[in-house]
Amino acid sequence: MSDNIVINVTFAGIGGQGVLKASDILADAAFRAGYDVKKSEIHGMSQRGGSVTSDVRIGKSVLSPMVPPGEADFLVVLAPEEIEANRHRLAQPAQCCEDNSCCARSAGGVLIDTSIISEDQLEDKRSLNVFLLGALSAHVDIAGEHWLAAIRAALPAKVHEVNERAFAAGRLAAGSI
Amino acid sequence: GAAFGGARALATMKHVGLNVAADPLFTAAYTGVSGALVVVSADDPGMASSQNEQDNRRYAAAAGVPMLEPSDSQESYDFFLRAIELSERWRMPVILRLTTRVCHSKTVVMTRQDFPAPSRPRFERDVKGRVMIPAYARIAHRNLRQKLGGIQAWNETSDLNVEFDGDASLGIIASGIAFMHAREAAPGARMLKLGFTYPLPIERIRRFAGSVERCVVIEEGDPVLVEASRAAGIEVEGKADMYRFGELDVARVRRILAGDTSPEPVPPRGRPPQLCQGCPHREVFEVLSKLGCIVAGDIGCYTLGVLPPYEAMDSCVCMGASIGVGLGLRHVLPPEEAKRVVSVIGDSTFVHSGITGLVEMVYNPPPTGHVLLILDNSTTAMTGLQEHPGTGRKLDYQPTGRVVFEDLARSLGIANVHVVNPTKDREGFEKLLVAALESAEPAVIIARRPCVLAMRKMKKYAEIAGGAENV
Repeated sequence: MSDNIVINVTFAGIGGQGVLKASDILADAAFRAGYDVKKSEIHGMSQRGGSVTSDVRIGKSVLSPMVPPGEADFLVVLAPEEIEANRHRLAQPAQCCEDNSCCARSAGGVLIDTSIISEDQLEDKRSLNVFLLGALSAHVDIAGEHWLAAIRAALPAKVHEVNERAFAAGRLAAGSI
Repeated sequence: GAAFGGARALATMKHVGLNVAADPLFTAAYTGVSGALVVVSADDPGMASSQNEQDNRRYAAAAGVPMLEPSDSQESYDFFLRAIELSERWRMPVILRLTTRVCHSKTVVMTRQDFPAPSRPRFERDVKGRVMIPAYARIAHRNLRQKLGGIQAWNETSDLNVEFDGDASLGIIASGIAFMHAREAAPGARMLKLGFTYPLPIERIRRFAGSVERCVVIEEGDPVLVEASRAAGIEVEGKADMYRFGELDVARVRRILAGDTSPEPVPPRGRPPQLCQGCPHREVFEVLSKLGCIVAGDIGCYTLGVLPPYEAMDSCVCMGASIGVGLGLRHVLPPEEAKRVVSVIGDSTFVHSGITGLVEMVYNPPPTGHVLLILDNSTTAMTGLQEHPGTGRKLDYQPTGRVVFEDLARSLGIANVHVVNPTKDREGFEKLLVAALESAEPAVIIARRPCVLAMRKMKKYAEIAGGAENV
């Protein structure tokens, strides 16, 4: 990530799936890696089965905490039924702004969703959010040690191992995106 | 009281909470404080989880209370400490005004170690300054205006307002989160970022506006800065009325700067929230819906009773409104309609602002009686399972005194008070409600069953409390 480039990640899912936990882990990992990071979400109803999204922005210096619509470099969706409602957040190929001056995203944003999970890859479905973080990690310049430290800091000790395996499996599965 | 006693006091509330606290706020501006009083209040432009999008910057001017507006977590931290300093220096309350995105965001924060410790609380007798009988309040009002004059002069050169150099063809004045969006939307513009927004550094604004060819105010919500600037004879551009509604973001600020008033893209609607599986409110709303009640509702998770499949709520205005609205309807509607009216309020909302309504129900009972239904899930579920005076635990979960709703209702003179578990005994609940609706006597039914999200936590606290007793 060179000067002035801000990486925009939006997480989406249903309340209770771990959307906010996933964005917390990403933000913490980026912070540990020395980036400026801002995250933002609305979670008043998040435990009541409603749609939840959370934005994380990573760079040398980040201003607004919200990912502007159509400028997400990565859209990580935990619930398949939430994909269509959030697709508009993804950066479109080569047209995230009129003169293409705001970023270097000519390839468009990347959708990371549960379709990358093949059978038996995810041993505990409660680790779905960490699995998808693993997939995201293959695209973002944050060293593995920071990811693991962030995961350990965010989760109770008894689930560290299963989540570390989920992270590794997700990173492996990212090759299929 | 704490601030009168020389301590540093903090009061937090969302925007509508300041409506409730407005009465003391206006007069506390007159009395001032001996220690520090910081009022943190968060507006909700876009109404992510609120009943209105009022702009509390109006309160600073209306009450004559200084206001600071941070734009991220670091500034929230820094400005809070600055607010304490200002409050101690000027001996008056200070409002720290936040908005949804300042609160619901996390950004990197560097902490400060050098903040001076508070002085020791002690009582300072100042009858003319603290007893607001008209004779003393007249003096206090003049003192307040004089203080505000001094603060404004100080604010003209305050480091809480910052200028960013840029191209003179476009100047932007912004505060709070709007600054972040604007800085990103127009990185080349010259900017005046206002952190201390009441009393405004109006001469500084005048100089800034005069230094640029085009001066645009970027602000969320009401045109407060635009109006204040124009009233002082400063020429600034505001935003089109369509941007008064909802939150701003980088994309909307780009549109404002471009003067674009074409319809905005409407994002697809997400899945609405609903009452949880196992939520005790479900049975209550099933019954209310089945009986065709006219439901005066209130603020909490249970407001979701308005949505399908229940559609069993007819009004929701503010915390505590269910009882007053229900009583008003009972008083004026024809008897056959009046007899279907029920007030529905949650346990924490009841202790917040329902008790005076219950007193009114005893004092001015409608001819058809009334039914108050307290949905007691023994927590404040909506905002994240906080304790309240009806749970018997403090915010830190330590045991404390408990307000027992049924005892309170009986002590006020309500004869028909019933406690029922609506999940375990839905039929019994329905029978109780039917009987109460048919009776012309005021009745209170407490539907008590813990929130499913809180149950595990509650067991743990009970174990801890039990364990402590056994030691």
